[in-house]
Amino acid sequence: MTNTVATNETILVVGAGISGLTAALESAECGKNVVLIEKNPSVGGRVSQLYKYFPKLCRPSCGLEINLRRLKANPRIKLLTMAEVTGIEGEPGDYRVAVQLQPRYVNENCTACGACAEAVTAEIDDPYNYQLKQIKAAYLPHNMAYPQRYVIDPSILGTEDAEKAKAACRYGAIDLDMQPQSIEIQAGAIIWATGWKPYDAAKIQPYGYDRFANVITSVEFERMMDPFGPTGGKLLRPSDGREAKNVAFIQCAGSRDRNHLTHCSRICCMASLKQATYIGEQYGDDSDARASIYYIDIRVIDRFEDFYEQVRADERVHFIKSKVANITEDRANGDVILHGVDTEGYHRYDNPHELCVLAIGMEPSVDASQINGGVASDASGFIAAGESTGAIFGAGCATNALDVNRAVQSATAASLRAIQVVNQVARAEA
Amino acid sequence: MNTLNTAMVEKYRNDFLKEVEENVEEGHWVKMCMQCGVCSGSCPFGPDWEHPPQEIFMMIRAGKRDEVLATESMWMCTSCYNCIVRCPRELPITHIMHGLANYAHRLGLAPKMNPTRRFAKIFWNNIAKTGRVNEMALSLKLYFMDGFASGVKKSLAMAGVGLGMLKTKRLNPFTLFRHKGVEKPKQLQAMLKKAKEIEDRRKGLAS
Ligand SMILES: Cc1cc2nc3c(=O)[nH]c(=O)nc-3n(C[C@H](O)[C@H](O)[C@H](O)COP(=O)(O)OP(=O)(O)OC[C@H]3O[C@@H](n4cnc5c(N)ncnc54)[C@H](O)[C@@H]3O)c2cc1C
Repeated sequence: MTNTVATNETILVVGAGISGLTAALESAECGKNVVLIEKNPSVGGRVSQLYKYFPKLCRPSCGLEINLRRLKANPRIKLLTMAEVTGIEGEPGDYRVAVQLQPRYVNENCTACGACAEAVTAEIDDPYNYQLKQIKAAYLPHNMAYPQRYVIDPSILGTEDAEKAKAACRYGAIDLDMQPQSIEIQAGAIIWATGWKPYDAAKIQPYGYDRFANVITSVEFERMMDPFGPTGGKLLRPSDGREAKNVAFIQCAGSRDRNHLTHCSRICCMASLKQATYIGEQYGDDSDARASIYYIDIRVIDRFEDFYEQVRADERVHFIKSKVANITEDRANGDVILHGVDTEGYHRYDNPHELCVLAIGMEPSVDASQINGGVASDASGFIAAGESTGAIFGAGCATNALDVNRAVQSATAASLRAIQVVNQVARAEA
Repeated sequence: MNTLNTAMVEKYRNDFLKEVEENVEEGHWVKMCMQCGVCSGSCPFGPDWEHPPQEIFMMIRAGKRDEVLATESMWMCTSCYNCIVRCPRELPITHIMHGLANYAHRLGLAPKMNPTRRFAKIFWNNIAKTGRVNEMALSLKLYFMDGFASGVKKSLAMAGVGLGMLKTKRLNPFTLFRHKGVEKPKQLQAMLKKAKEIEDRRKGLAS
């Protein structure tokens, strides 16, 4: 793993979400050598955590699978997981990047048979499921994980569990002596595709995410729909495990708000419209099922307008033009009560719901000021194009809150810019 | 009709938003409202307002001059600042509400019998006289503003509180006759007069 051969004609891609994967594949398929590094034990990023994709409502596993096949087939891409950039030196056409690799304690002999997980008793919070589920401390990140290789959580090192896992492995895949490693990678251009993270919902004090069990975030809601997720694909609310049929969605939770994120996170309107269709999917014609979307204005653009019209036509979905002022809890039954005034008539409401989903804003997972001593960025810390970025090109949600379609476009553009840089290097050296 | 009001109607014609922007304290913020409704929903007195702040902003933009300036709504504001704290666009809503009330008052359009307006006047006259509030005089004036009978009734209702305050030396009846103000109240009054002149000039108002 340490003998990664890279030259200044190599393109380094940081982050292997849909954007990083795309940038790496496009570059490699143009004949460039690529090193792709990913912080997590598997690739796919946030997309792999979605239940369905708008606008077609297909499974993300489908699109990912195509990209994984391209990845496996391409010898020009060297993938390093559990890897993070710790420093960058040099200039466009000639960067030296320090990368830190965390030990997985499982080597390439792993067949993903799962014997180690069966042997281990300790459990940890599952990051793939936003900590909503417990999994064994020897785990496959998720069913679609690539590489299909288990991970031993460092918390069980030195315990009996670690030894049990090792003994259970028939392939000699578990190596408890693995150490963190620092390596240096040479690259002519860098594509920065570290994506986004959900805004910390607890900071939106009036909505009580940290106080009320039945106030959850949109990313958690996606996980609930997954048959392998924390609730086995049922919309069971956290307070009492009952099915939630009367579900509220609050738009701009943390976005377009000078107290939180100033930007519009752009995809949350479509995300909530999509999630409103999950209610229909779960409960069919059950007359108790209803989704209520509280919004300032619905921002769906170009072809998404059709999707909006379809959801609007669904009688189970209600639209309330109002940003909710605050939430309280009905202690007797765990319901949440949304308070506010609507903009169409200025009616005051106190509406009870069984579950409330905050359409949480997206912020950059790595702030632009943290990259190479600070690269050009907008006010929210997304990477902008500019002199100070040199040959470090932002791609996907590292540059803005984007849906997958636009993230992929952005990644392709970044790939083209990086190719131009390494082509210049190649010409200069010829 | 108030001459200032006539002048303003003449000057701004149908552009009430512009009138508010140029004459109401923090009025230039009104156009920034995105009609989300968080202010209205966050107002503890919200249910008692004829028009919540969000609606007032929309009415200003829609040019509903008479309705806005004559409403009791902004006089209901207790300055709790919940709306300012929560407003996603950081509009100084509390200040705009007071600015609107003040402007309506100067134009002579504010509701005559509104208790907040009457209290504000009593309070101002009281404090501007000596530079320090004479609490005894203020309370009496307030209780008796609707006449003798109702004044006696209100005073009796508050007697327990008053006695308690007397006991703990929070209230001194003798201040009714000898109230200690600032050292040179005449100079203070001159300053206040000057300040008003400057403000009027800045706003292009003849006082
Ligand atoms: C609730 C919700 C629902 C959504 N639903 C849809 C939908 O239905 N359809 C749609 O088109 N879009 C949807 N989106 C948007 C979609 O999630 C994004 O467009 C997509 O995730 C962008 O991919 P990305 O690769 O740019 O970023 P990410 O998916 O965030 O991937 C970034 C990758 O970089 C890695 N990384 C982060 N930091 C580092 C680091 N320091 N070093 C190395 N690696 C790092 C991460 O581990 C991750 O693998 C939704 C978003 C939300 C919030």
